[in-house]
Amino acid sequence: MSWIPATDADRAAMLAAVGVRSVEELFAAIPPGLRMETWDVPAGISEMAVREKLGRMSVRNDVCSTSFLGGGYYDHFIPAAVDYLTGRSEFYTAYTPYQPECSQGTLQAIYEYQSVICRLTDMEFTNASLYDGGTAVFEAAAMALRVTRRNKVVVDDSVNPLYRRMLETHAANLDIELVSGRDPADAACVIVQNPGFLGTVRDFTALGEQCHAAGALLIVSVYPVSLGMLKTPGAMGADIAVAEGQSLGLPLAFGGPYLGILATRKEHVRKMPGRIVGMTEDKEGRRGFVLTLQAREQHIRREKAMSNICSNQALCALRALVHLSLLGKHGLAEVAAACHAKAEYLKSKLGFARLLNDGPTFNEFAVQLPKNATEVASALTSQGYLAGLPLKSVGAGGDNDLLIAVTEKRTREEMDRFAAALEEVACS
Amino acid sequence: MQLIFEKCRQRRAITFDAIDVPEAVLPAELCRASLAELPELSEIDVVRHFTHLSQRNVGVDCHFYPLGSCTMKYNPKLAEAVAAYPGFSWLHPHLASLPAYHAKCQGALEVVYELERLLAEIAGMKAACIKPMAGAHGELTGVLLIAAYHRDKGHAHKDTILVPDSAHGTNPASAAIAGYKVVEVPSNSDGLTDLDKLRAAMNDNVAGIMLTCPNTHGLFETNIAEIARMAHEVDALLYYDGANLNAIVGQCRPGDLGFDVMHYNLHKTFGTPHGMGGPGSGPVGVSERLLPYLPGPRVVKRDGHFSLETPEKSIGRMTAFFGNFLIALRAYAYILHLGDAGLRDVGRMAVLNANYVLARLKDAYKPAFPATVMHECLFTASPQAEKGVHAIDIAKALIDRGYHAPTIYFPLTVKECLMIEPTETESKETLDAFCDAMIEIARLVDEDPESLRAAPRSTPVGRLDEVKAAKELNCARLSPHLA
Amino acid sequence: MNPSELKYTEDHEWVGCAGDLYVVGITDFAQHQLGDITFVELPKVGRVVKQHEETAAVESVKAAGDVYAPIAGTIAAVNETLETQPELVNQDPYGEGWFFRLGHVDAAQLSDLMDEAAYKDFLAKNPD
Repeated sequence: MSWIPATDADRAAMLAAVGVRSVEELFAAIPPGLRMETWDVPAGISEMAVREKLGRMSVRNDVCSTSFLGGGYYDHFIPAAVDYLTGRSEFYTAYTPYQPECSQGTLQAIYEYQSVICRLTDMEFTNASLYDGGTAVFEAAAMALRVTRRNKVVVDDSVNPLYRRMLETHAANLDIELVSGRDPADAACVIVQNPGFLGTVRDFTALGEQCHAAGALLIVSVYPVSLGMLKTPGAMGADIAVAEGQSLGLPLAFGGPYLGILATRKEHVRKMPGRIVGMTEDKEGRRGFVLTLQAREQHIRREKAMSNICSNQALCALRALVHLSLLGKHGLAEVAAACHAKAEYLKSKLGFARLLNDGPTFNEFAVQLPKNATEVASALTSQGYLAGLPLKSVGAGGDNDLLIAVTEKRTREEMDRFAAALEEVACS
Repeated sequence: MQLIFEKCRQRRAITFDAIDVPEAVLPAELCRASLAELPELSEIDVVRHFTHLSQRNVGVDCHFYPLGSCTMKYNPKLAEAVAAYPGFSWLHPHLASLPAYHAKCQGALEVVYELERLLAEIAGMKAACIKPMAGAHGELTGVLLIAAYHRDKGHAHKDTILVPDSAHGTNPASAAIAGYKVVEVPSNSDGLTDLDKLRAAMNDNVAGIMLTCPNTHGLFETNIAEIARMAHEVDALLYYDGANLNAIVGQCRPGDLGFDVMHYNLHKTFGTPHGMGGPGSGPVGVSERLLPYLPGPRVVKRDGHFSLETPEKSIGRMTAFFGNFLIALRAYAYILHLGDAGLRDVGRMAVLNANYVLARLKDAYKPAFPATVMHECLFTASPQAEKGVHAIDIAKALIDRGYHAPTIYFPLTVKECLMIEPTETESKETLDAFCDAMIEIARLVDEDPESLRAAPRSTPVGRLDEVKAAKELNCARLSPHLA
Repeated sequence: MNPSELKYTEDHEWVGCAGDLYVVGITDFAQHQLGDITFVELPKVGRVVKQHEETAAVESVKAAGDVYAPIAGTIAAVNETLETQPELVNQDPYGEGWFFRLGHVDAAQLSDLMDEAAYKDFLAKNPD
């Protein structure tokens, strides 16, 4: 089992050209006592057998239930052409565009990605992507420390609790004071999320003004699909917008690969981590694209770099670009409108539960059930429903609290049946 | 080629069914003032645009891609096929957040569990964790693990990480982001870490040392046992940068060499695609002593059932869930197919191919170091540079001849460096044709240097003005109201 | 400024006296090493800097570096022209390409620095 094309005759000819009798001689630099003899790796199996084995494993995962599970990651429709186009091997088998002349496809696509992200968020600059939403929050916080030369990071309760834990882990050894709330005094930044983790929609414009008066940056984490409808981070005066880009044409994929989005204003662009593509031209005046501002990056600055990031999630950024191009200006607005209207419809059917949001919501909302939410969700799995995220499981609510998400994929009929099933289980 | 924004003609691709519930509105002050100016085209326009963009790229499937340090091997289509199984690709990650939902994702949890077990075994480590999302993210995770270990042992004075000067730039950057002072250790004239200078830098304040082995000079650190002894003597931990694991997979194992913590690059050693720069995947492996600190939560198996537990002294969450799961799944398929014998052959053939290229080119180009190389060979184009043709000119001339360029100007320790990594999945014919092209270019350095300096001419654009790009910073076509 | 009247650091900054103030820039050697300079980040006027403190930054396509204050003082003026014309650092490193002016300096620290001959010696011994 191998993808090695060399024949025995090739190997013999190559060994002769190198001037050794066996491949073994080429490993002479490894001290003999350190060579491996045995390991517990099974014998290889054919492609047919691998596909059979993994096929069997894949069907032990539930992707057929009617899902109201969100919590920062959403089951949206993805046009067929997204997989088709991003599956072209000229994209996925290429690497970082170090040689721009033969990487104009990648570079122009990233420039266009940067453009759609700026247009979506109303920001002026964005990088070529980060790993995911959580690491984008960390990178944004680190960027705020560089801009302000302060060390206090204020995280609002609206932020996804998983992001907060990632921020704590990533920043563990840096001199950063992490505090909860929204008070910008002496802070490098205040981080908020819109819609909040429990789904509440807010306008953070006033908070942005308070931040700026206090010399702090406002970082707004957004749900990109909601920007088909909601006020943008740019319009709220955010200094940095971050997002989990999964909802833009990436499948749920049990957690990844996803897409970290980070956008900022011109004045902070040189403190921004990650790769960025710029437009330029060749000697004959032909338009072209290159990686720019590379001098800030780790391969040149080493320990003084803006970030240790080397790669990005370029193929995921391409998915987002293709997805948004297929939906278009009106299509994204329609998806957002459908998500919102459907969620409002489901909300109206759940009179038996107490709504926990203290303001309007977009496509997700939190309810307190008469019973333990985990037990209710567990019971509903046998009826073919993923009822949502019991908030206790992520430390964001009490025993009976359930976070329910609705995307454009859910139909009125599904919601009617789900509301009835939920009421029966929760109120019996 | 036009930007996609320049092709919009008020046509649309995707349309939706009418919404089957009453319309709902939010207060105007919570809504955006005008729709985002996204491109809007017919589906065929979108398909043609991105197909044409793809044709302005080169990838492993169409070109030999000997980009040193990046291990641009063939990306098996088997792995793409299994990653597309809906049972994996549509699976919601929060199914892992709740024990009550774990029965709904047993297949995916088994993939994580089995892959982590195999990765640990392949590298001779006690355990592996697939969460880190790229090599640099694995490095950061690894250094945070080192920090947690020392904090636990009360080693507050350990504030330094040693990094050889030949290391990838991510090493010092990762150590710095984890809060450490970085001290660089020079290489000796043989291209290996200078033992005397390492000894001089090693003291009780050293928390760890990050090594790449074989190093970025393509050379195995023959003194690795002595380096490990020196580090462990002051309770400094040894970090293995897995960037070059492809050279030794199946031949020797980082764990057996004395390494305490490492990262793997699944997109290098285990054949997952590079995706124009990502997504990759950078799992970490640890020895017994770092086991209690691994990022949580971890998949465990009890009575045939997979569930999640967070180690008692865990450093916390490096990722929301399991990192780039679909990339890890591809690597799992790769390992299952190759198995014991196939994996052992990977390192052997990668090394034979690199030495073959070295043998064929050593008269035309000056090898950076005299020794037998491992999986990649380095040359210095300094002799050519004296005649006015630089490494970058050679790289561009190769592009005109149908090859992706080698890595150039890295590592920083070799002037005018050309770093060639052929990988095991290239045939002798491909290597011969590439070497012929390299030799022809070497001849042109004397006969027609101007043609090399004018390369590339076969590409959609010639050499681009990077100064203009950096000064003007035109990095997006902004919405009309912001432009 | 006349290079022969300036004082130099091992980080390739120069400092020279101009009236009541001291002018700081980077040397011809430094601008050569950096190549085409694309961006200069200047300090705020009024900032008090210590000797060898990171005070400004300079970027080219292939490198980025910090500019340290050769002597302690207070930033009295910065060369705002560099924000739009960073290439002046390449074209005229000892003249139009100056970075900032320091007041309230600790002039005694000038004796820690090299004169032109010593700097040339230093470059000869450290060609990279």
